[in-house]
Amino acid sequence: MIKDITLGQYFPGNSVVHRMDARFKLVITMLFIVMLFIGSNTIALEVGFVFTAMAYLCSSIPVKLIAKSMKPILPILALTTILNLFMITSGMPLFQWKFIAITDEAVETSVFMIVRILLLIAGTSLLTYTTSPVALTDAIERLLSPLKRFKLPVSELAMMMTIALRFIPTLIEETDKIMSAQKARGADMDGGKLKDKVKAVIPIIIPLFVSAVRRAGELATAMECRCYRGGEGRTRMRQLKSGAADYVSLAITVFFLAAVIFINAID
Amino acid sequence: MEAFAKAEKLDFRYSDDDRLVLSGLDISFEEGEFTAVLGHNGCGKSTLAKHMNAILLPSGGAVYIDGIDTKDEDKIFDIRQKVGMVFQNPDNQIVASIVEEDVAFALENLGVEPSEIRRRVDEALKAVNMYEYRNHAPHQLSGGQKQRVAIAGIIAMRPKCIVMDEPTAMLDPVGRKEVMATVKRLNEEYGITIILITHYMEEAAKCRRVIVMDKGKILLDDTPSEVFSQVELMKSVGLDVPQVTELVYELNKSGLKLDTHIITEEECADALIELLS
Repeated sequence: MIKDITLGQYFPGNSVVHRMDARFKLVITMLFIVMLFIGSNTIALEVGFVFTAMAYLCSSIPVKLIAKSMKPILPILALTTILNLFMITSGMPLFQWKFIAITDEAVETSVFMIVRILLLIAGTSLLTYTTSPVALTDAIERLLSPLKRFKLPVSELAMMMTIALRFIPTLIEETDKIMSAQKARGADMDGGKLKDKVKAVIPIIIPLFVSAVRRAGELATAMECRCYRGGEGRTRMRQLKSGAADYVSLAITVFFLAAVIFINAID
Repeated sequence: MEAFAKAEKLDFRYSDDDRLVLSGLDISFEEGEFTAVLGHNGCGKSTLAKHMNAILLPSGGAVYIDGIDTKDEDKIFDIRQKVGMVFQNPDNQIVASIVEEDVAFALENLGVEPSEIRRRVDEALKAVNMYEYRNHAPHQLSGGQKQRVAIAGIIAMRPKCIVMDEPTAMLDPVGRKEVMATVKRLNEEYGITIILITHYMEEAAKCRRVIVMDKGKILLDDTPSEVFSQVELMKSVGLDVPQVTELVYELNKSGLKLDTHIITEEECADALIELLS
C-alpha cells in the first residue's frame, strides 16, 4: 500500500510543455505567479485564467488531475473565504444578524480570492506534472548558479536534492519491511486511539533512522571513491537545451504579464 | 616488472590507542591479475581494500598505486581514478535516480566534457550489459542489475584496477552469477586488475590467485589449488573450502589417495572415475 505513493507529481508525456526546457518552465511559472498577484481586478484575473487554460491545453494533462490537485487546498480555501466574508465590513450589507454582517464587497473579494488561489495551484502544479524531478533539480541548479559568487553552495544543494529524490523509493521500501517485521512481532499498527497510533510509529521510525544514517555513511564512501569533491570543476552529462518553443512561450508569458499590468493601470 | 599496486610493511589502526587492524602487511598485485582475498570477519580484508584507493591512509608503512604513494594528497583523485571500488550493498552506491546519470557521476566529478561523458557512459553500460536499462530508475532494477550499474559507474572512469568488497554478498544466486560473469569479462577482455574480497569459496576457486588473511596478516598467498589443499589450516582460521576440496579431503582421510590440489568438479569426477575403474 505504501508503494503507491508517486514520486513528486510527475506524469511522463511528450507534449510541447513536457519537452520545454525546465529552466524556462521555472521562470514562466514565477512570472505567472507575479501575474496573478498583481492582477487586482476581474479582467486581470480572466487574463490569468486564459493563460492557465492555454498552458493546460498544450500539456495534454487530463482535467481530472487538476481537480485532484485542488483537494488538499480545500481547507485553506474555506478558511480564507470565511475570513473574507466576515472580516470585510465595507460595502453594502447583504445580510445582517446581530453583529455579523456580510457585504457585497466581501462576497466579491471572497470569490476573487478563491479563483486566484485555484489558478495559482493549477498553474504551479503544471510545472511538477510536466517536469521530471531530475530536470527540475538541474534547472534550479543552473538558475541559482549566479549565487555561487555569494558563496551559496548551489551545486551541493542540488546534489542533496538529487540524493534525497534517489533515496525516497529505497526508504519507502525499507519502511514497508520494518513495518512487516514489527507486525510479525505483534505490533499493532492501525488500531487504537491517537496516542496509541503515535506510539506505534516509534518502533518504525527508530530503525529507519539508524539505517538511513548507516546508508549515508556508505554512500559518502562510495561517492569519495568516485572522486566526488563538491561542485567545483564538475561538469554535467545532460546539457539543458532551449529551443524556439521556449522563447515563444516566454514571449507569450511576458505579453500576458504586460497585459495584466496595462489593465491594472487603466482601471 | 614493477607491481601495479604494492603495500609495504603496512600498519593500520583506527585510532592511536586501538589494536592494529593491519600489521606489517607486504603484498603486491600485478597488472591484469584476478585475485581473491579470503578471511574471517574482522581479519582486515575490507580495511586493506580501502587502502588501495586512499579512502584510508596507512598508520605505518606505505601503499603505492602505479608508483604513486597514496599519502600524496595532490594525486588522490588520480589514485581513485586508477583504482575503483565496488561495495556490498548496491543501493548505497547509486547516487542518481536515473541509471545513466549515475554512471556519469564519476566523470562529472572529474570534469570530463559532456560529449565524452555521453560516449563513456554508453560504453560502460554496454560493457556490463545494462545499456537497455539506461533510463530506468535504480529501484526498478534487481539486486544483480543494480550491482552491475554500480560497476558501470566505476568502469566509466576507465580504472586499471577494481577492488570489490563482497559484491555478491547481498545478491540472489542469479544476481551473483550475473555479477561474477561481468567481473570475469572485465578482467579478460579489458585487462582490468580485479581484487575480489569474498566469502564464497566457489568464487575464489575460479581466480588465479588466492590470498588468505588472518588477524591483519597474510596467511597464504598462492594459487587456489595450493590454498584449498590446506584444508586444516583453512578451517583453523574459520574458513571453508570448496565442496569438492572437502570431499577429496574426507576421502583421503578414510584411506584413499586422491590429489589434494583438485578444485573443480570436473577434475574431481575424472579422479574418481580413474580410481573406480
